[in-house]
Amino acid sequence: MLADKDRIFLNLYGRQGADLESAKKRGAWNGTKDMLDAGRDWIIQQLKDSGLRGRGGAGFPTGLKWSFMPKEVKDRPHYLVVNADESEPGTCKDRDIMRHDPHLLIEGCLVASFAMQAHACYIYIRGEYVAEREALERAIAEAYAAKLIGKNNVHGWDFDCYVHHGGGAYICGEETALLESLEGKKGQPRLKPPFPANVGLYGCPTTVNNVESIAVAPTIIRRGAKWFAGIGRANNTGTKVFCISGHVNKPCNVEEAMSIPLKQLIEEHCGGVRGGWGNLKAVIPGGSSVRMIPAHEAETVLMDFDSLSALKSGLGTAAVIVMDQSTDLIRAIARIAYFYKHESCGQCTPCREGTGWMWRVLERMAKGEAEHSEIDLLLDVASQVEGHTICALGDAAAWPIQGLIRHFRGEIEQRIDRYRAAKGFHVVRTPAVAAE
Amino acid sequence: MSVRRLAAEQPESFAFTPATMEQVRWWMAKYPPERKQSAAIPVMWLVQKQEGWVSEPAIRAIAELLDMPVIRVLEVATFYTMFQLAPVGKHHLQVCGTTPCMLRGAEELKAVCKKRIGEKHAVSADGMFSWEEVECMGACVNAPMVAIDDYYHEDLSPAALEALMDALARGEKITSGSAIGRMTSAPDGGPTVLTDPSLYDGSLGQKITLPNLPEKA
Ligand SMILES: Cc1cc2nc3c(=O)[nH]c(=O)nc-3n(C[C@H](O)[C@H](O)[C@H](O)COP(=O)(O)O)c2cc1C
Ligand code: SF4
Ligand code: FES
Repeated sequence: MLADKDRIFLNLYGRQGADLESAKKRGAWNGTKDMLDAGRDWIIQQLKDSGLRGRGGAGFPTGLKWSFMPKEVKDRPHYLVVNADESEPGTCKDRDIMRHDPHLLIEGCLVASFAMQAHACYIYIRGEYVAEREALERAIAEAYAAKLIGKNNVHGWDFDCYVHHGGGAYICGEETALLESLEGKKGQPRLKPPFPANVGLYGCPTTVNNVESIAVAPTIIRRGAKWFAGIGRANNTGTKVFCISGHVNKPCNVEEAMSIPLKQLIEEHCGGVRGGWGNLKAVIPGGSSVRMIPAHEAETVLMDFDSLSALKSGLGTAAVIVMDQSTDLIRAIARIAYFYKHESCGQCTPCREGTGWMWRVLERMAKGEAEHSEIDLLLDVASQVEGHTICALGDAAAWPIQGLIRHFRGEIEQRIDRYRAAKGFHVVRTPAVAAE
Repeated sequence: MSVRRLAAEQPESFAFTPATMEQVRWWMAKYPPERKQSAAIPVMWLVQKQEGWVSEPAIRAIAELLDMPVIRVLEVATFYTMFQLAPVGKHHLQVCGTTPCMLRGAEELKAVCKKRIGEKHAVSADGMFSWEEVECMGACVNAPMVAIDDYYHEDLSPAALEALMDALARGEKITSGSAIGRMTSAPDGGPTVLTDPSLYDGSLGQKITLPNLPEKA
């Protein structure tokens, strides 16, 4: 188990105060001026050396991303935008950072903005997080009052930090949709290129990072890149806040070492699977957008980018959704398919039409009211949506369905057979076809 | 995509109250003066706080305030599902129905709402309640959950939800958070990590020298 002294979010559960004084006692805002005095390149190098990969889902190296911003500020100001949209089903970690450790985030915003020569940062928080937004606004007001941020602050880099909120749309977590939304429009993703580092918010160079990616940065610099890089495995370094939901005895959020075995995570922190490990059926390990893994793979997999992608799944947002033997997996995935149908922004045909179509077929399959041949048809449609859209929501809608069919095709077939038998149809067994 | 349209019945007019206007100004100051449009969502949210929902005259008023074509504001109102395009009850319940909540009993919470209020988006006969099913609210380790008038009620059972509704019906205030007394997102029974007292004794606040600092030139 990760030692308490190696955790970054010391107030994850809000047991202590979230106020400035309490946060300073826990180490926030300690040495911040020294970081800035050491210079932009030094900060970016620390982040690169730490091996930190983005915590918003895609896992892009954070230091490298910061280095993509133009070297010089020309006619257009630079912006940092923090992605606090947190809407990936299963994920609820940024929420804890904002309501319980907001000063680590604000400090991170200053350090990151300085490193990218931005004088302003917007934190885009999902609209439903009203209490979290209030907590964040309180902390920002404290930081202004203490002259930690703002004009002529003690750190010598003029910096404004603003909270902005959304209106309940998952797609606004996609970084370019987020920028559109921040500009007061519908959140429809932009075509890339140009990338936000060149043309982002208001047409200016912009970097979008997840809350956790930004909030861990100051502590990484305080404790040293080597410390962070020494946790987890090569290419999968550091600590990570995991969110474990579903059929465990004690669902919770917990900051753990990257690459912790999934089984250990569940047994040590969540009181095990409901009904014991043997009662496990499948796990969606990284938020609803990744493919599920069956119990036998969950037995040994490590919770990191590389181990999970080797199983054709992914770490995503590290939101672990546990499903025991009582779960109707077809219904569970049909509900996820409904989510993507509901959240598609509608601008690409494969996604707008495909998500609705896939959902309707899955709803029928959940009842058994389908043909065996439709399983392959569903796979085919999923693969036609995947990779053929403006943003990754199309992929995200396809993957859970592919995961279901890959591992539990037999269950769908049985459901169809049972339905037919009950209706008195003559049951024709089609030969099993390999899933992929 | 969800298809959303304005309500058939609309009020004659809309006006910002002075209190709303004060908050509107605060929001607008966050954006560059030539980027007023950025305030569209927060302003619409304030309008909804004031009126309970977003009407067609309100949409026109927002367009005028932010120098936007009406159609752009209309797009915002119909795109973002947090905006209510028809009146809601005195207390509005958003029941999360996405898979992590479904796995822990969201269906039963929906049944409670159906029984006590009626179909989704209907307002109860006494005008006290309305409800809708929403997608993941970002509180999944405390599933199942319902947001009531903006604040989250977590770890709910049908009985706990009914008790909350009873309290509201009696005109009482309710407290948000876990219905089973859990500390936020910590495991039930209390945190098993972050127990080392030295993290909180102030020692981490002592002045430090950063590691790996460059040689002073
Ligand atoms: C449909 C969709 C939804 C997303 N939602 C979120 C989100 O809620 N929060 C987030 O940080 N990133 C989200 N992302 C990823 C962002 O586009 C982006 O990669 C991320 O914010 C970058 O931050 P990072 O490099 O710090 O991880 C989403 C991506 C897609 C395609
Ligand atoms: S893939 Fe879907 S959500 Fe993404 S831009 Fe296209 S229609 Fe919109
Ligand atoms: S699924 Fe209900 S809060 Fe996430």
